[in-house]
Amino acid sequence: MADILIHCMLIILMPPLLFGVINRTKAAFAGRSGAPLLQPYYDLFRLLRKGSVFSRTATWVFRAGPVVALAATLAAALLIPLGNHRPPLSFNGDMILFVYLLALGRFFTATAALDTGSSFEGMGAAREVTFSCLAEPVICIALLVLSRLSGQLSLYGILAHSSITLWMTSGAALILLVAGLFLVLLSENCRIPFDDPTTHLELTMIHEVMVLDHSGPAFGMILYGAALKLFILGALFLNVLLPLRAASPLLDWLVFLMSMILLAVTVGIVESCMARYRLVRVPQILLAACVLSAFAMLLVVR
Amino acid sequence: MLILLLINIPLAGALAAWLIRSDTRRPLVLPVVAGIHLTLVIRAIAASPPQTPDSWIYLDAIGKLFLLEFSLLFAACACYAVNYLQYRKERSNQVLCTGFLVCLSAMTLATVAHHLGLLWLAIETTTLVMAPLVYFNRNARSIEATWKYMLICSIGIALALLGILFLAYSTIVAGFPPSLILETLQRYAPSLPGVWLKAAFVLMLVGYGTKMGLAPMHTWKPDAYGEAPGLVGAMLAGGLANCGLLGLMRLCQICMSSPAVHFYQSCLIGMGLFSIALASIFLLRQTDIKRMLAYSSVEHMGLFAVALGLGGKALFGVMLHLIGNGLAKGVLFLASGNIHRAFASKNREVARGALRRAPWTGALFLAGFLAMTGSPPFLPFASEYIFFSAAFSQGHTITGSLLALLLVLAFLGMALTVIPVVFGDPPKDRQRTKYHDTALLVGPPLVLLILLGILGLWLPEPLFRLVTEAAKLLEATR
Amino acid sequence: MNTLADQLLVFVLLINILILGTRRTKVAIRAIAVQGIILGLLPLMTHEFQSHILIITIFVLLAKGVCIPWLLLGALKKIESGEELQPIFGYSGNIMAGAVTTVLAFVFAAKLPLAQIHLGLLTVPTSLATILAGFIAIANRRKAINQVIGYLMLENGIFIFGLLLTEAMPLMVEAGALLDLIAGIFVMGLIIKQISREFSSIDTSRMTALREEE
Repeated sequence: MADILIHCMLIILMPPLLFGVINRTKAAFAGRSGAPLLQPYYDLFRLLRKGSVFSRTATWVFRAGPVVALAATLAAALLIPLGNHRPPLSFNGDMILFVYLLALGRFFTATAALDTGSSFEGMGAAREVTFSCLAEPVICIALLVLSRLSGQLSLYGILAHSSITLWMTSGAALILLVAGLFLVLLSENCRIPFDDPTTHLELTMIHEVMVLDHSGPAFGMILYGAALKLFILGALFLNVLLPLRAASPLLDWLVFLMSMILLAVTVGIVESCMARYRLVRVPQILLAACVLSAFAMLLVVR
Repeated sequence: MLILLLINIPLAGALAAWLIRSDTRRPLVLPVVAGIHLTLVIRAIAASPPQTPDSWIYLDAIGKLFLLEFSLLFAACACYAVNYLQYRKERSNQVLCTGFLVCLSAMTLATVAHHLGLLWLAIETTTLVMAPLVYFNRNARSIEATWKYMLICSIGIALALLGILFLAYSTIVAGFPPSLILETLQRYAPSLPGVWLKAAFVLMLVGYGTKMGLAPMHTWKPDAYGEAPGLVGAMLAGGLANCGLLGLMRLCQICMSSPAVHFYQSCLIGMGLFSIALASIFLLRQTDIKRMLAYSSVEHMGLFAVALGLGGKALFGVMLHLIGNGLAKGVLFLASGNIHRAFASKNREVARGALRRAPWTGALFLAGFLAMTGSPPFLPFASEYIFFSAAFSQGHTITGSLLALLLVLAFLGMALTVIPVVFGDPPKDRQRTKYHDTALLVGPPLVLLILLGILGLWLPEPLFRLVTEAAKLLEATR
Repeated sequence: MNTLADQLLVFVLLINILILGTRRTKVAIRAIAVQGIILGLLPLMTHEFQSHILIITIFVLLAKGVCIPWLLLGALKKIESGEELQPIFGYSGNIMAGAVTTVLAFVFAAKLPLAQIHLGLLTVPTSLATILAGFIAIANRRKAINQVIGYLMLENGIFIFGLLLTEAMPLMVEAGALLDLIAGIFVMGLIIKQISREFSSIDTSRMTALREEE
């Protein structure tokens, strides 16, 4: 019971912190003092207090977009185990639901962007969908590989199976998975080198350009949803990469929190060290991620 | 001991050639080394030490024949080089002389190697050493030829290495201790697993076939032969291509004792016929004499492959043709080098009427052409005759008929180029070059030609025994 | 012990894809150096410790990890070409071809009758995949230097297969093969310099002077 409570608390409270950590890391690398760690929370509150502006030509799809996206992501968050703990919802085949929930969120964000009728947003939606064509298979194959390794069908089952011993026996496949998942983690959450969340040129943006027309609480939901998505995919990634099992549940939560923050710092470091790829390169890199996970599949099925 | 000397003397010569400063004195090293090498080779052929079982280095009958051919050809090229290089004073011949000698050493090593890895190493070394020699003329065309030669041959040779590894692995799969000694592998061959052996055969056929210039891996050959000096061309056609052939023969020695002989035979015959067909077609429309010779080389390498595939009586012919082809290529390439010097062109549109411009060279080129295409009384006539009789008597009627047709086609194609080059009217409008026939430029190919004529009419008893013995080594044991 | 070797072999596979997909020649050269170093370490993993193995390791590390990359980087510095040449089927095509051939290599290797002790190892599929990737790089790249890198991949693949039979290959032959490889790369480097001087480019598809006249 306590675990479920902590789980819900974490998915509600922690995600914006990750953005804060990433921004602080980047600031530290650039030699600035940077925004306070809790700045994303302030931003969210500020947006929630504002009013909304809706275009006259937009339909209900535009209004539903952020809501459905956030709802779907939240539902997905209930399925993912955080660290060594059983998630609130877990049943056989929930990994398929997980993938579909993420897809549903994306679908609504993209349709909302199309609904505005703006050419920029349409372009962003096209890009987002193109790239996710290549990113989704990576997650699917990764889940398949893990499922094959563990013989389980629920997210909790396949992720809890990952352990130090598994790394010893089929480390090769796991290395490939981790590499592929990390690339997807960056691309799905619009981080450098795939997309630059801070850029001001609509022409070069992917995700940010889709949500240009949203304002006020709706935009707050979108920001929060983005943070939550980073949190979920990060949790998935960490479950594979660092299957640390401490003795007590409390210690496990601590380990999870620390590793999550560490992940945010890593993302910050990657962003500080790299430049954004040209748009034509992005599909190639994502293709490489696909190849990586396909190799992992090959090694496991063989 | 003798063998070690044979390998090391050219190396010492190479060192000397590298160290000598003067461009005029350096080429003199070549005939000196060639003379010593030839004498030692004849002694080594006469003396046959008993073979210790599973030795790495041993001179068997096949090796002896190859060694004799290499040494004769090298001697001719070496004598020729002394005078030829005087016409090419514009560039340093340091690399050429050194490369030639290292190549001789590596070729000698190839003939005595009975360890497939060592054989591979020797063949790879010859490939490498010849690359700078192909680039002797230092222009855009020759760099293009060198690049193609280097890349294609390197890849081919690498594939041959993979084939050798497959062969070694097949011994492990069959439960023997791994080995790459020829005789050991021959003993194992009947019980080696078919898949690995076939894969090894195909890879090595492709690999050594690239080196030989079997179609479709021949593409580097016309370019390299066309752009290299005639002297280097002679060494490539009579030396390096034959190294590839040696590798293929060693492979046949192993594979022909395994159960799936038919597979190997049809591979060889198919590839050989394809090479001959392709070469004959390209010969028909060739205007460049050196490229023509390259296609003729492709044709004859194809002939070797077919004959190896036919087996039986044809093997005797293979051994004769080995000498015949090598020496005739020497005559033709050296003569074509002279023609190139005399007309400053190697195209039949310009290089016409060699018989009037340089009578000895013209006559040599014509005679060399007749010898190469298997006209009596030269040695290739005898060997090609044996191929035909073997094909028809062993029931390969279609192969034999195709072979006859294609060889006639090749004869026609070469004649179309050779006849204007030899008999035409020399072009009036072009400036005369300094070139004139000298004893050293005409003598070496002439000696080779006379040898070809004599051997075609009369095979001395020791040589006959050697050829029979070599053919027997190749015979399928099953 | 063998799982460690397997994980290193996975890196070899990844480097293949990286070389096929990268557009910077320098990156490709560094990658091939890393691949060479991994190859050098592999014999130590797969065989018990002998002086023979140690010498091979040192040779390979020096040749493939240090000497050859140094030669290639030297050649690259001389030609100084900033031009970017798309592969004939594009970068994505290259990566896809690499992935497909890798899968084929795994399928094919599973069909081969291997010796009992080598069943289930990654050595044979990796070797085949690397050889095929080398072929793709040679056929698909237009820059001469990238073709040399493809040739090196081919050689690396063959070396991996050779790991299965270190006992059959005497030290002398292995060392000789490596020396030949270095000499070959050296000669190729020289040729590339000449090519860039004669053609003021190292695009091999510009070399069309030698062909049969129509």
